[in-house]
Amino acid sequence: MNEMLATAPARPSAGLGPRHAASDGPILRVSNLEVTYYTDSGRAKALDDVSFTLNSGEKLGMVGESGSGKSTLALAMMRMIKAPGRIEGGSVVVGGGDLMTLGAEDMRKARLSRIAYIPQGAMNSLNPVMRIGAQMIDAVKSHLPREGRAAIEARCKRALQSVDLDAGVFRMYAHELSGGMKQRVCIAIGILLDPHVIIADEPTSALDVVTQRQVMETIDNVQKAINAAVILIGHDMGLMAQFVDKVAVMYAGRLVEVSTVREMFTDPKHPYSRALISSLPSLGNKGVFQGIPGLAPSLLRLPSGCAFHPRCESAMPHCSTIRPQQQVLPGGRRVTCHLYDGEA
Amino acid sequence: MSTVALSPPIEKRIERPGRFILLLRYLRRNKGLALGVVILLGLVAFTVIGLMTVDLKQAYPLSVAAKKPPSWKYPFGTDFFGRNLLAAMVVGMWQTAFIGVFAGGLGTLIGVVLGFISAYFGKWIDATIRTVCQILTPIPVLLIQVVIAGSLDKRDVTIVTMALIVVLLAWMGPTLVIRAQVLTMKERQFVAVAKLSGVSDLGIIFKEILPCLLPFIAAAFVAQVFSAVFAAFYLAVLGLGPLREPLLGNIIWAAQSQGAFFNGWWWWPIIPSVAMILILGSLALINMGLDELANPRVRRSE
Amino acid sequence: MSLKLVIRRLLFLVLVIWAASTIVFFIPRLSNRNALRERFGELARTGGFSPADLEKIIASMNQQFGLDRPLYEQYWTYLGNILHLDFGYSLYRYPTTVAELIAQSLPWTLGLLLVTTILSFIIGNLLGAVAAWPRAPHWLRAFATPFILLTGVPPVIMGILLLFFIGFRLKWLPLGGAYSVGVVPTWTWTFFFDLMQHQILPALALIFGSVGGWVLSMRGMGVTIQGEDYVNFAEHKGLTGGRIFRDYYLRNAMLPQVTGLALALGTMVTSAIIVEGLFGLPGIGTMLNLAIRANDFPTIYGIVLFITIAVAVLMTIVEFIYPLLDPRVRSS
Repeated sequence: MNEMLATAPARPSAGLGPRHAASDGPILRVSNLEVTYYTDSGRAKALDDVSFTLNSGEKLGMVGESGSGKSTLALAMMRMIKAPGRIEGGSVVVGGGDLMTLGAEDMRKARLSRIAYIPQGAMNSLNPVMRIGAQMIDAVKSHLPREGRAAIEARCKRALQSVDLDAGVFRMYAHELSGGMKQRVCIAIGILLDPHVIIADEPTSALDVVTQRQVMETIDNVQKAINAAVILIGHDMGLMAQFVDKVAVMYAGRLVEVSTVREMFTDPKHPYSRALISSLPSLGNKGVFQGIPGLAPSLLRLPSGCAFHPRCESAMPHCSTIRPQQQVLPGGRRVTCHLYDGEA
Repeated sequence: MSTVALSPPIEKRIERPGRFILLLRYLRRNKGLALGVVILLGLVAFTVIGLMTVDLKQAYPLSVAAKKPPSWKYPFGTDFFGRNLLAAMVVGMWQTAFIGVFAGGLGTLIGVVLGFISAYFGKWIDATIRTVCQILTPIPVLLIQVVIAGSLDKRDVTIVTMALIVVLLAWMGPTLVIRAQVLTMKERQFVAVAKLSGVSDLGIIFKEILPCLLPFIAAAFVAQVFSAVFAAFYLAVLGLGPLREPLLGNIIWAAQSQGAFFNGWWWWPIIPSVAMILILGSLALINMGLDELANPRVRRSE
Repeated sequence: MSLKLVIRRLLFLVLVIWAASTIVFFIPRLSNRNALRERFGELARTGGFSPADLEKIIASMNQQFGLDRPLYEQYWTYLGNILHLDFGYSLYRYPTTVAELIAQSLPWTLGLLLVTTILSFIIGNLLGAVAAWPRAPHWLRAFATPFILLTGVPPVIMGILLLFFIGFRLKWLPLGGAYSVGVVPTWTWTFFFDLMQHQILPALALIFGSVGGWVLSMRGMGVTIQGEDYVNFAEHKGLTGGRIFRDYYLRNAMLPQVTGLALALGTMVTSAIIVEGLFGLPGIGTMLNLAIRANDFPTIYGIVLFITIAVAVLMTIVEFIYPLLDPRVRSS
């Protein structure tokens, strides 16, 4: 099946096919996004001043330790942060319009049609008592209420086909599918309306290694077919490196570095990225498994200044007092570290 | 492949608010539990003070003037048979508490023992106990209790026999709950470790498993007290209680038999009804509160 | 559902009925009361016949009811009779059979029970579901709270309170009975109206007395379901709130409630019986009340057995319906 995927011509898109040119400036512009959770034990800043851009057709891998704010970022972009969390500020501009300023009903319509979210579908993301088909149809219907039944069904079946699922899946229930198939169904739902941006939240966790690759290839293929910008959230840097164009590293709610894959692996800028890269096992340093000293900090009591300074090898005196700002280096890399002060 | 490997923690411990503050904060959120406890304490105070100050003979027929509405002399009024309802409430409350705690406690005890035996020894013992529980569960318990109470000689029906009748068919619930808990407990590592290091079966039960089950046993006990009070009340309302005693259900049965509302003696059935609402209501609130405490998923989402 | 499962369920049903019958057969025989002697002793005291006559009558009765035969033989006959729903004769209303008494009063109870069970199930589950739904307006969610507070109140006490406030104080509705005194049952609207007036308070007592339980269990279920991945994903899909509520949240949260309905049937029937007694409606409850007062043991045992069998059968039916609602059970 892998070979088939690789040799197949451009995938049929579920809807209208490629509709936005790749060179039209960034399709996604996230600026100064901030999320705070108000808990019993105090406030936790889960997202702190997060900014980045993404072009159509680009794939961004989002990595970081658990609790670093990757999933919060995804939820914030979908405006799905639930109490006690709150989006405190910032903007998420998709194809020209800021999602943060939309009314509730317009935001509902924007979900799936402009910005789609693909969950960890392997587990429990599909309604156990509805057929797969019904769950796809209701998604289309709630955005295109005037589309005829036959057209909707055809659209859904095209989407299933583009993730290499049999049309028979349409009439099946979630419990009749394997983990990989369920994940494909979730991807098919995500591309039903040809969104500008697709966020895939750890789409390969809980899958076996072979299925992981197949699912990643599926995402790759459908992404190319509709030319969407894709954000892949995960912690498996190795798997990600093979599929994404850019890597973003998060630490304690902040985006500490955004670079291309090549730059990230050959010349990581932020000390945390460096530590991450050198902690990856490789064929060269067999047996030596290097970790990052210290623990990820609690969001409730972040260290002052740069949150990473207690674990940082290159910490300077002012790192513990002054909060570094994100800077765009020549060549477009973004890094949040005092080491590069004045280089922007 | 994981990106991060951990070395020993070097971070300072996070200071947490004191336990008492946390308890108060919790009670502020879990208002039901707080309210239930307050009502129950109020009822206990009423009963204890009543037992010490009220003439308890007036809880029985022909001791005071009959059919008097509530007044300063008789705050709850008197009934058709010449009982002072205040005294009757004090005695009835005490008897209800006795039945509840005695039957609830005994039922919980039987349930815990059977649940442990069933889960710990497994095989045919487990199969037998489970099957018996499953067969008895669908049978409406009250009706069987009606048969038992009805078959007894009226002179044999006392508060104690009431409690025993209630217990007879009220141990299945706790048995199944405790059995399920012990089964999950058995799978935990520390039990396996204890077993491997040669601790005896009884040692494991008393030292390792029982302490972990205390919250569940407490919750089962409150639930049992609730259903025991409920069952005894129903039996009494059907006229199967110890008719001489001022048990709350008996008073309602008597009031209904004499057509209290048709005759305008509204306080006669209303007083024991309000008492029953307070008893069962406080127990239900405590039960729900404990549920919320033991099972955070039920905690309110606000 | 596989045939094996169907057979197992039916076998279980038979076991439950057998267990209930056996309990009802042996418990009275363990006690020292002799129903016949008590009943005819009473008649003898109120005049009519001499003690010698009494012994003769009891002996002949014992023979007629087969009480002189060995216990195991009686037990077999008894089990056989149960199969034909033959519960013997009423002592108090001899020679009416218990089955006839039940048949007379059953429609009343059935009507009351059906209406109140369905209404309280629907109202309770909707209120509970809304109470646990974070996006419902606050005033709507608050509706559930008073019903939750009523959870601990037995329907019979609810009935007394309703009688006091609506019947006694406000005099809006009658204080009891099936229809007004002096009214002749006829197929007219006036009679029907009168009949319904007498049914309102008992029905309300049963509904208010049981709605809280449904609200509470549904709210607990709802809190769990609204955190499920598929409900979140439904929102990510941009579905409207109403659709998520109905198809993703309510449908899944209802499944355990259907099982709960099967388990609650026994309690519902019990409550209905006691409330009927309180209001003096001519149903099975009042029949049981009269039988208890008159020491009419065959009637007590017959009613108890009949209800137990009915509840067990209904539970089995609900269990057979369940797979139609849950595709996961259907295919396994």
